[in-house]
Amino acid sequence: MSTADLHPATSTRSARRLRGWSTRRLLHAALVYGCLIALTLFIALPLGWMLTAALKPDNVPVFTVPTEWFPTEFFNLGTFGDALLRPGEPYLRYVANTLFLSVVNIIGAVLSNSLIAYAFARLNFRFKNVLFALVIATMLLPAPVLLIPQFLLFFNLGWYGTYLPLTVPAFTGSAFFIFLLRQYMRTIPKDLDEAARIDGAGYWTIYWRIILPLSAPALVVVAVFTFLGSWNDFFGPLLYLDDPELFTLALALSTEVSRRGTEWNIVMAANLIAMLPPLVVYALSQRRLLGGIASVGIRG
Amino acid sequence: MTMQLGGQGIRGEERDQAAVGGPLAADRQPRGWRPTGRPGGLEERAAYAFLSPWLIGLVVFLAVPLGIAVWLSFTDEQLLRPGRFVGVENYVRAFSRDPSFYKSLTVTITWIFLAVPLFLISGLLVALLLNQRLPGMTFFRTVLYVPAVLSGVAIAVLWFTLLNGDVGAVNQLLRQLGISDPPHWFEDSDWALPAVALMGLWGVGSNAIIYLAGLQNINPEMYEAAGIDGAGPWQKFRHITLPLLSPTMFFLLIGELTAALVIIGPVIVISGAGGAAGPADSLLFYMLLLYRRGFVEGQLGYAAALAWILTIIGLILVWLTFKIEKRFVHYQV
Repeated sequence: MSTADLHPATSTRSARRLRGWSTRRLLHAALVYGCLIALTLFIALPLGWMLTAALKPDNVPVFTVPTEWFPTEFFNLGTFGDALLRPGEPYLRYVANTLFLSVVNIIGAVLSNSLIAYAFARLNFRFKNVLFALVIATMLLPAPVLLIPQFLLFFNLGWYGTYLPLTVPAFTGSAFFIFLLRQYMRTIPKDLDEAARIDGAGYWTIYWRIILPLSAPALVVVAVFTFLGSWNDFFGPLLYLDDPELFTLALALSTEVSRRGTEWNIVMAANLIAMLPPLVVYALSQRRLLGGIASVGIRG
Repeated sequence: MTMQLGGQGIRGEERDQAAVGGPLAADRQPRGWRPTGRPGGLEERAAYAFLSPWLIGLVVFLAVPLGIAVWLSFTDEQLLRPGRFVGVENYVRAFSRDPSFYKSLTVTITWIFLAVPLFLISGLLVALLLNQRLPGMTFFRTVLYVPAVLSGVAIAVLWFTLLNGDVGAVNQLLRQLGISDPPHWFEDSDWALPAVALMGLWGVGSNAIIYLAGLQNINPEMYEAAGIDGAGPWQKFRHITLPLLSPTMFFLLIGELTAALVIIGPVIVISGAGGAAGPADSLLFYMLLLYRRGFVEGQLGYAAALAWILTIIGLILVWLTFKIEKRFVHYQV
């Protein structure tokens, strides 16, 4: 029975034929929904437990028997305030730092990738194909090999302990986004450029006034992926930041686990604070985002 | 003018520009010339100006570091102390005098054999569920993808707590189900890797979404035709779904393989940056060893050699995978 319904085509056909809920179709639906509800619980219960823990006041144990998967008794929103304003290590500062880095990275990625993609999509120049092949080739560069020389480079530039290594590279474009935007820009009718050129517009004006606005849907995908990457980045801040004042959320969180006498309700509140912005961005953009993932194959 | 697709567009562009006239088009080469702009012309200069951020990044952040990486691996470079050329000493040291080197290789290869099949198969099963034509699938798809957008550190912190041996929620659940002595996950050298895998399984949605796109590209008529020919559900899966999905599966295989080789993030959170790598070094992934040697102990030259060894291992694995591809992956024409 279980394998009998692996195929949507079979299901639709039987549905059409039987015009209604036959026993077989009912069983099939029950099985599929059963599995999916179990999976949903697998995703939701840990998040529910985290929320329960975060909403507990300091004097209530976080770990209980049996486990409380959802908040029922305590709704102490003050824990979030305690985490945000914790003396000496306020998460509010880490939120502000992370937000700053994310915004700078988004600006850098949207500007640089669209400029580069515009040249590849709509201008003619020598070595265009060679250079575009080079863009694709950079995707294959082994990241571990670049780790140490890049670190040495930034260190010798005096960028260690600053935000520069975490922001400047975003302004030089990234192969995946260049590819994505180039594909999108190629679908914009060439007539628009021509009309603008008759009106005396230069290449910059065409880029800024025509191509950039018309590429908005693809730029949103770039912005969202850049935000997620930057907000969640851990290894970059770990390598380049040494001043706790400059720490990001992920970096601050990573030090909590190995700490003695952890206040778990505060850690879980901080954890939720770290998860919330990506969740909101995802909720707002999920249709476009999942479409983008499916078409270009970026993995989470 | 129509959309520019593939290579056909290039001639159309030329024609457009010639037809428009004006100062720009007037000094263009006549039709039939190379399909690039006039060498050194306004368009070409503009193009290179637009490309300049990328060109600068390519040289400064990629090409130069790549060259330095080769040189570094043959020196005893340390932070704040320039290195001397030591030949292949770093490579010899890795293979003969660093006991952690083989340990980290073993951990990483074990992880590959555990994680790659697990994540590939689970993703496919979830995608098959999501591909059913039933109401509410958009909702489930959205929910299952949620962990993929969350911070890896936050996820690691959460699962480290959930998987605590004594008080963690997972073991409470297992005890309720009648398992009186559940595994102590991150505290047990045999269970530390499976614990990381369980944590990774939470993100099953990200592979499932990509499989789902592949499944939805399969023409339903193929199933109809096979059904008329009397094929059962398993035969349809085996002879239609699997072959047509094999390019997607191959793409994910390469992705999972390279990701498994360089895994480090969650492990640093769990074991602490400079500290132990789980009980009995059971979580001493290759990249963690590289991080430790390079950034904790400051032996940058040696760490650069470790990075090249990892890259060569990766290239061999990818090459082997491509050999498998020829046999098993079916591309539609």
